Formats: sequence, C-alpha cells, structure tokens
Amino acid sequence: MTRATMNTTPAAAASAAPKQPLLARIGLSPSAWVGLVLLLGFVVAGIFGPWLAPYPPDVMALGDEFAPPSAMHWLGTDQNGSDLLSQMLYGARLALIISITVVAVSAVSGVVLGVIAGYYGGVIDEFVMRVVDILMAFPGILLNIAIVATMAQPGVGTLIVALCLNGWVGYARLARGQVLSLREREYVLASRCLGAGAWRIMRRHIIPNLLSPITVQMTFGFGGVILVEASLSFLGLGPQVDYTWGALLDQGTTFLWRPGAELFALVPGGAIMAVVLGANLLGDGLRDRFDPKHRSRRH
Amino acid sequence: MSIGSFILRRTGLGLVAIFGVSVLVFLFLHLIPGDPVDQLAGGDVEPEQRAAIEACLHLDKPKLTQFGIFLENIANGTLGHQCPNPENKPTVMARVVEVMPYTISLALGGMLVAFLMALPLGIVAALKRGTWVDTVAAVISLSGISIPTMLMGPVFIVVFFIYLGWLPGPAEPDQPLALVLPSIVVGTHLMAMLSRMTRSSLVDVLGEDYMTTARAKGLPRTTVVLKHGLRNALLPVITIAGLQFGAMLSGAIITEKVFARPGLGTLLLDGINERNYPVVQGTVLVIALIYVSVNLLVDLAYSLADPRIRRA
Repeated sequence: MTRATMNTTPAAAASAAPKQPLLARIGLSPSAWVGLVLLLGFVVAGIFGPWLAPYPPDVMALGDEFAPPSAMHWLGTDQNGSDLLSQMLYGARLALIISITVVAVSAVSGVVLGVIAGYYGGVIDEFVMRVVDILMAFPGILLNIAIVATMAQPGVGTLIVALCLNGWVGYARLARGQVLSLREREYVLASRCLGAGAWRIMRRHIIPNLLSPITVQMTFGFGGVILVEASLSFLGLGPQVDYTWGALLDQGTTFLWRPGAELFALVPGGAIMAVVLGANLLGDGLRDRFDPKHRSRRH
Repeated sequence: MSIGSFILRRTGLGLVAIFGVSVLVFLFLHLIPGDPVDQLAGGDVEPEQRAAIEACLHLDKPKLTQFGIFLENIANGTLGHQCPNPENKPTVMARVVEVMPYTISLALGGMLVAFLMALPLGIVAALKRGTWVDTVAAVISLSGISIPTMLMGPVFIVVFFIYLGWLPGPAEPDQPLALVLPSIVVGTHLMAMLSRMTRSSLVDVLGEDYMTTARAKGLPRTTVVLKHGLRNALLPVITIAGLQFGAMLSGAIITEKVFARPGLGTLLLDGINERNYPVVQGTVLVIALIYVSVNLLVDLAYSLADPRIRRA
C-alpha cells in the first residue's frame, strides 16, 4: 500500500459510509435508552406534575372512597376519596426535588473532600478516610433513621440533610481512589514540573477525569435516594406529607388485601420501581459507554 | 506488608470505626427532642418519680460521665439497663440475645435464596453474553434491585398467605415455614448483586488460557464451565456475599416490619419510638460490631487467598 492511498483511505471511507443517525452516535445501549426514557418521564412528571394534576392532592371526596379508575379519576381514588393520579404527580415533584438536591450536594461535597484527601494525602487523608470508615461501619439507612428520629417534625429539609450526611461518602471514596492513580500520571507530573499549582492541576487535569465515573455514580445514586426516601416514609420517618411516593405506598399496602384497592399500592410501588430501574439501566449504560474495558467485556 | 501487621492495622481501624459510631450515636441520642422521662413514665409524673427515672438513666450526671457509664456497660457485657426499675427488666444485652436467632436465620435464609437464584442466572448470562438471554437476565437482576421491599413484601403476603394460604402470614415468626417469604424478599436484593458479579467474573475467567486448554483437552462443556470456570470465578462473588451478610444482619429493618418479625432492626425501631436510650445505643453498637467484624473477616480471608490485596 502506498503512502498516497494510506492518506486518502480514511477520508474516503468516512465520506462513503452512511452518516450514522444522531441517536446511534451517542453510543448508548438499548437498555440504557430505556433507562433514560424512564428517568425523563420522572423528571417531566416532577417538573410539570402539579400543573397536569386534575385535582389538588389533598381534596377529599367522602362517599367516593376506593373508586375504580374512571374518566374522572384515571387511577381511581384512595381511602379518603382523593385522586391517586394527582397525589402521584405532586409526589413526583417532591421526589424530584429531594433526589436532585441530595445527589447534587452529596456529589459535590464528596468529590471536593475526596480530591483534597487523595491529592494532599497525609493527615487530611487519614482524617477524611477515618470519617468515611465510621460512616460505613453500619448500614446507611440506620444513620438516616437516627438523624430523622432526632427531629420532632421530620420535614423535607430534615430528610435531605439526613440523606446528604452520609451520601457524600461513596463519592469521596471514588474520587480519592481515582485521584491516587491520576496524580501519578505523566501528564500531571509534567504539569507540576512546569510549575502548575495544586489548584490548577486539580481543575485542569484531575476533576475533568473524574467526571465520567462520578456521573455514573450519580445516576445510580438517583435511584438509591428514591428508595431510601420511600423506606423512611414506610417506617413513619419520612417528611410529614401524605403524598410522597413512600407514604402513598405505605398507605396503599395497608389496603392491599382489599379487592379493587390494589392500584393504590401498585401505582406508587411501580413508580418507585420504574425510577430506580431507570437509574440502574442508565447507570450501567453510561459506565459501559465511558469505560472501554467494560464495553469489550460485555461482548 | 506482612500478614501480621495487616491484621493488626485492619483490626485497629475497625475498632476506631466502632468507637466513632458509639460517639456518634451518643451525640445523636442526646439531641433527640422530647423528654425520655415522659415517654418512659407514660404521662404526668410526680417530681420524685421524675428524679428517680433521671437518676436511673443517669441523666442527672454530666454528659461525659454518661458516656463513661455507657463504655462501662459495654465492658461488663450488659450494654446497659432499661429504666425504670432496671432490676425487673432484662438488660439490653439480654434483649439483643433474644432477637439474634431471628436475625441470623433471616440473614442465612436470604443468603441461601440469593445464591440459589444468582448462580444459575449469572452463569447463563455469562455463557450467552450479548444475546437476548443476557438481556433478560440483566432485567431480572436489575428488577431485583429496583423493587421496593415495601411493595414486594405485602404483595407476597397477599398472594401466598391471604389468597393461596400456602405460607404463614406475618406475626407468626416461630412457625418453621414463616422464614420462607421474608427470606425471598431479603434474598432478592442480594440475588441481583450476586448474579451480576457472577456474570462479569465468569466472563473474565472464560477468556483465560487455562479455559482454552481445558476445552482443547476435550473435556465436556459442563466440566469446563463449572469445574474450571466457576470455581475460579466464585472468589469475588463470595467476597461480595460476605460483605453483604453483615448488611443483611442489620439492614433487614423493612422486611422485619413488613412481616412483623422480631430482630435487631425491630428492636432498634422500638427503642427509638420509646425513647429508650440504652436499647438504641446498645443495638446500634451491636449492629456496628457485627458489620465491622464480618467485613474484617472477609478482608482477611480474601487477603490470605490473594496476597496482592495486602499491598493496597
């Protein structure tokens, strides 16, 4: 093969190959797309839910309890005659606020602590890692229960604080681990030799490299937050609002034995499951997409 | 790092973590609003009665002394007394010991269910990777992670207890078959994790040279996959299972509540609701101790099997 053909081949091949559709170029697996659609559905319901809801969530219609699905009440009504669809849509707003806040706060604080610990090492690293050890020395939900239980009137704010207090741990561990290997890379050493300061190295070389694994972790975290919120509501420790998905599920399961009232438990339970499943599918897909090693192992 | 110093360091770190947990719980408990004396005495109390309960709980002493007493109770193995009238009530340790069999049997049952479902699922997914079988296996295991325990438990109760009547319902934890449904519920979550671990670990192993050799020798496919493949692929799976065992011993709170089973989780929730400080403190300590020790044992076993871990 001559030099000339070698030079022209790639360009020719590129122009000859049919242009891939935009969606295919993003490079996500079909299951990741399913996850993305599920999560987008949740986000849309959370943003627009309260405007789409046909009724206010707390309006009761006595005499209309446990109505089956109908044109007036698409998903039927609960034991107070409240419209289930409206409660679900208002609940979606609450769930979205809680999960986005918790994931964002946990990820940012965890990454900052993890990067500092990993980059500077020494006493700072020891201290941060010991705190991580302590918080990981028992199941996270126990800590959340303990924190929420210390509040007389657990509200949405309390719940967010409780979830963030140990939510950062996973991100910190991940970030620290990555930094430990990144800071020994040639380009970081080269940058340091050229006189770059710690802040510049972190900003230019370390944090950009962390974005992919942290995005994957955040996607998984999204599902985790929804599940923990539902668990706390189930234990009676959630925000004192009747229409969080966890609270709806909790009330629904007490009527599950009642023929005709199954939807009241299955709808919130199914919604929680759909969001968590979506987060896991998308998280898996993103990990495969970002990590070529994973991709090759898959096939 | 030699094995001796590795054990010493890990044990030391574990003890530090447990101590940290105790301090944390102590701090949180003393932040709980609501007067524990009112809760324990049940309504209005005479000043003398109040003083007696406060003295029994050592609330009249400085915080540091209270913490000292807590440490002393750990040392003497009682984990504290329940107030009022501690002499007529079991010690916190006695209450923990009483619920332990339920907790342990649920964790073992869950582990058994998880392995029974995860191994076939993971093996099939690894052998048929990239096909629709693999996708179905992934969906099954991801559903296991995603389904809320609070939904799965009640649905199982309605189907298998109320409609079919095959299995005992909640609040009958001493019947032998009562363990079946809670074990399935607890095991489903773990199944999801284990089957995915089995799959990825087996996929790695299937590409090894010794697998090619085994196939080239003309060994039957089953022997190759199960004896040469799975045996080597199981180490990380068992590690995950071991780490999760600690979580199951303590994290089955929801399942315990759904099935009205006694256990460490229920004991803790009761303690919180009754503002029974000694019970909460003692239970959390026991949970942390179990969790840390199981993780430590798994780490040690793993480092014996694979010396590279010690250098990390």
